[in-house]
Amino acid sequence: MPAPDRFVVAGETRPRLAAKARLRWDRTGERYMLLYPERGLVLNATAADVVRLCTGELTVSAIVEQLAAKYASQPRADVEQEVLTFLSRLSDRGLITHPDE
Amino acid sequence: MSDAPRPYTLVAELTYRCPLRCVYCSNPLDWARHADGLATADWLRVFREAEALGVVQLNLTGGEPLLRDDLEALVEGARALDLYTNLITSGIPLTRDRLAGLKARGLDNVQVSVQDVEAAASDRIAGLRSFDRKLEVARWVKDLGLPLTLNTVLHRQNLDRVGEVIALAESLAADRLELANTQYLGWALPNRAALLPTREQLGRARAVARAARQRLQGRMEVLFVTPDYYVEFPKACMDGWGRRFLVVAPDGLVLPCHAAHTIPGLAFDNVKTRSLADIWRGSSAFEAFRGEAWMSEPCRSCDRRGADFGGCRCQAFHLTGDAAATDPACSLAPAHGLIEAARRAALGEATATLQYRTAKAGAGERG
Repeated sequence: MPAPDRFVVAGETRPRLAAKARLRWDRTGERYMLLYPERGLVLNATAADVVRLCTGELTVSAIVEQLAAKYASQPRADVEQEVLTFLSRLSDRGLITHPDE
Repeated sequence: MSDAPRPYTLVAELTYRCPLRCVYCSNPLDWARHADGLATADWLRVFREAEALGVVQLNLTGGEPLLRDDLEALVEGARALDLYTNLITSGIPLTRDRLAGLKARGLDNVQVSVQDVEAAASDRIAGLRSFDRKLEVARWVKDLGLPLTLNTVLHRQNLDRVGEVIALAESLAADRLELANTQYLGWALPNRAALLPTREQLGRARAVARAARQRLQGRMEVLFVTPDYYVEFPKACMDGWGRRFLVVAPDGLVLPCHAAHTIPGLAFDNVKTRSLADIWRGSSAFEAFRGEAWMSEPCRSCDRRGADFGGCRCQAFHLTGDAAATDPACSLAPAHGLIEAARRAALGEATATLQYRTAKAGAGERG
């Protein structure tokens, strides 16, 4: 059983949160955190939305569309860039996988 | 992140008992004097109080936490508090059914240690035939859909096989690999002459680990922890004394790090007599090395004092006798010669004899 392939962030790939990652509300800091072994990422509102949409069902494009609609007061390109950058951070850390893995 | 002290991680040392006798065990030499003093309800209260203070990560460790027969209840209680719960284990003694039960109760991650890449060498360091069983446990972890951290403590007797350790971790589909060089505290200090590598040996292993980290990015996290004896400046031990970590020892003592109670003269509080919040905020032992007032030169006027907090207090004490001294690992420390002498000694032959962890710590074992 080799290590799974790295998740490739592209329009039609479908990110799923890795088994080792868990989202939780941090009461003390009043923010979401994404926890994984020995570490945690502090999330802003958009990042927490992205994590919730990483179910393995939605494509990266669909996630961008949903969040562009939710944050319609911001330029679409900015939202898209934020989502893609954050997904790359998650991919770098092995925190998202392809849905069949 | 704010700079105010806030514990993010609770290290729950459920027991110091362990079937293994590793020659670098980080438990104190006098571990047997600290009996398992906390009942299930005590631990559950500690978890609640820790979470209320801001803790989000829980390490269930020891000793060997599997020796507690209330581990299931503790995992269940931790998960109810939404703590990210990591079981740090030798894998001995465990059954697949028990592991499945722990997963069902909400365990988030399992860290299994192997001491080397083949049975004879691994078992020799552990002082127990255990390697084959550990691999079986690691496979159960993945079969059950749990994330796996593989941990190997490195030293001069296995550093040259770091590439094989990485290959083993890949074959087990580990999610995280900790290549943790021995730190010379606890049982590792009396065994230092047998374990300390040379700078060249360490450099070769570091290069192999670095290449693997790049190759495996996004698939397996590869962590390589350099031993303090080969750094120019010390690490920020525990991210600073009493800043981010809470350790509760088997007898209920609350510590800023797992070895803090080996420093004499500090008064540690016990969760049985004082709340965790009270201890975190007001215990004299936690206050002892917070901030900068305790620092002596060269730390006190050093530009790095806010980055490394003067290094490791336990190492300072065990090598110099003064817990407030600059960590001798620092190249600027007055006592750095002690580290340089140990490095020079490592250029010669290693000591062949190993002192295994036992219940009776003899005198004069501080190297």
